[in-house]
Amino acid sequence: MLNLVGLILLFPIIGTAINGLFGKRLKKETVGYVACGSIGLSFFISVLVFCGLLLLPPDARLFEKQLFSWIESGSFKAAAGLQVDPLSSLMILVVTGVGFLIHIYSVGYMHNDKGYHRYFCYLNLFTFSMLLLVLSNNFLLMFIGWEAVGLCSYLLIGFWFEKKSASDAAKKAFIVNRVGDFGFALGIMLIFLTFHSIDFTEVFNAASHGNFGVGSFTVTVITLLLFMGATGKSAQIPLYTWLPDAMEGPTPVSALIHAATMVTAGVYMIARCNVLYTMSPFTMTVVASIGAVTALFAASIGLVQNDIKRVLAYSTISQLGYMFLACGVGAFTAGIFHLMTHAFFKALLFLGSGSVIHALSGEQDMRKMGGLKHHIPITYKTFLIGTVAIAGLPPFAGFFSKDEILLESLVRGNFIYWLIAAIAAFFTAFYMFRLLFMTFHGESRVDHHVAEHIHESPRNMTIPLMILAGLSFVGGFLGIPGASAINNFLAPVFGGHPHTEISGTESIGHHSEGHPYLMMVISTAIAVAGISLAYRMYVKKPEMPGRLAERFHLIYKLLLNKYYVDEIYDVLFVKPTKIISIQLWKRVDALMIDGSVNGIARLVGWFGNIFRHLQTGYIRNYAFYIVAGCIFIIVLTVFGK
Amino acid sequence: MITLTHYIVLSAILFTLGVVGVLIRRNAIIIFMCIELMLNAVNLSFVAFAHYLNSMQGQLFVFFTMTVAAAEAAVGLAIIVAVFRNKETVNIDDINIMKW
Repeated sequence: MLNLVGLILLFPIIGTAINGLFGKRLKKETVGYVACGSIGLSFFISVLVFCGLLLLPPDARLFEKQLFSWIESGSFKAAAGLQVDPLSSLMILVVTGVGFLIHIYSVGYMHNDKGYHRYFCYLNLFTFSMLLLVLSNNFLLMFIGWEAVGLCSYLLIGFWFEKKSASDAAKKAFIVNRVGDFGFALGIMLIFLTFHSIDFTEVFNAASHGNFGVGSFTVTVITLLLFMGATGKSAQIPLYTWLPDAMEGPTPVSALIHAATMVTAGVYMIARCNVLYTMSPFTMTVVASIGAVTALFAASIGLVQNDIKRVLAYSTISQLGYMFLACGVGAFTAGIFHLMTHAFFKALLFLGSGSVIHALSGEQDMRKMGGLKHHIPITYKTFLIGTVAIAGLPPFAGFFSKDEILLESLVRGNFIYWLIAAIAAFFTAFYMFRLLFMTFHGESRVDHHVAEHIHESPRNMTIPLMILAGLSFVGGFLGIPGASAINNFLAPVFGGHPHTEISGTESIGHHSEGHPYLMMVISTAIAVAGISLAYRMYVKKPEMPGRLAERFHLIYKLLLNKYYVDEIYDVLFVKPTKIISIQLWKRVDALMIDGSVNGIARLVGWFGNIFRHLQTGYIRNYAFYIVAGCIFIIVLTVFGK
Repeated sequence: MITLTHYIVLSAILFTLGVVGVLIRRNAIIIFMCIELMLNAVNLSFVAFAHYLNSMQGQLFVFFTMTVAAAEAAVGLAIIVAVFRNKETVNIDDINIMKW
């Protein structure tokens, strides 16, 4: 069954080809069936592969399939090879599973769009790229997937490219990601220089059995460079600014790419390279700190945003911060676990918000919503489940994964990490319920002519919502403390290497007694506190937020304007770059390069101007030149010697 | 006795006449005839040498030259006719627009 792994990649790319080449001539239903069918088949094969992996004994759960030899140049070898292990098999299940649901949802959501086939072509291409990213067995192939998902993200953010804001957002996402990818590419080159291989297995073996001590400088540089790529792709400080703008894309895209899968690529990459990361405590500290700060920072911005999708975007950034925090303290399993549960509930929330937007004919401002509970009951119920899951109330999925991260950050990290994460968790509960209350509860603030058209979404949109709601409910049970299925499953990837335990923290291979239950109570209390505050402010006393905003005018302004980070970046990076570029254009390009090229042309023209008088147009002259030449040659041959 | 030298000298004179004609005449048809004259001057020396050297090669070349000259005459006269239809003259001093 494991041998089928190539098919997982094959189906989406076939879907891309069909919809991309012939989509315009196909009927809409056909396009939808092709797109969903290809991902559905891919999901089916993924399940088979996953089962095949489960049948193997835990220590033997690593399967590599070489498709073909891709690049061979001297000592540099890159194979197009796939790798199935617990980590990648979990990822392909999430990618194809959630991806399949979102494809089905998209059939309903996009049914009126004129770029229908283009949309599905991109979406299939994205799924292919993401699968390539998680299945590759070497850094270079992973990088291809990494870049390709970036490309698809660009294409889909700018899907409605007639809108200036959408095409701007697409460019922003692409350029910001370039910054990170630059580091990623350098990291791969350094890996090759250091280990003379880019194959995962070889590199990790060489790293753990080689001469690199813990804290080795080279490994630190490599991991930091790779992490730079992760900050771009996974929207962490300082490269997170593209993600909120990415909400210009269609909502299912936000759900699939900018919440559930692509943005988690950085977390996956770090988990994949856990051997390298654990060898560099400094990088781990950087990862954990950036993760923690991002979690808090983004959550605080999310508190005051009014656009329903932007709240979710900042929430995504914040949750990704959690995952990095988990990876940074060495709790890779917790990070991947949160990645998975987050994929469920955040996809659910985005699709739910898409359903709301759909019902309100495109309205995204929460100040113009409210009281939708009875109009779109299915969306409301599923959204409620998603909200509860992300807020972290037991027994929903988010509770277990977030709780584990909080616990690990305290046990493996330190109190400050825990405190930051706990505050962020409080914020999360608050802003998510604020969103829920503003959208579904209270008085309706919907425009009158919009209100007449409010309708529940069609079944192909609500069924994915219900399935995701189910997953958000049960997903957490995979990681119940003490009997964590996911922990055992992933153990061969994260546990089998000599450097995995960071010095001083080796005592917590498993949860110590007592701690987890106390932590559960605390984190539940935090969530409840956040929820009740939101309830007080947005249901009981709807006038309270306004008064608070007035009293804390400065803070409110700061948060509403996202700490002015975009403006600061604009002044620090964008404007100087533009000024330098304009100078380069005007002075170097127009003056020097164009000047020298045109100068040569002018010189040639000047000579031509002189010599053109030889060309009289009289045949007699030409004949004379010929005769004179002949005579000259004759004279030369006769008298020359 | 007519020796090879006589033939060569005659050929040279004919050739020079042709060259001078091309250089100084203005009527395209006369220039054309001068070119033919040059070709035939060369033919003459070919034949003379062939006879002197007892070789058929020179004679063969004459046939080639004559063939080329015939073809050239056809094309050249056609061009002259075409030019005449356009400009109503065959004076080459009036036909000088092929320049800068």
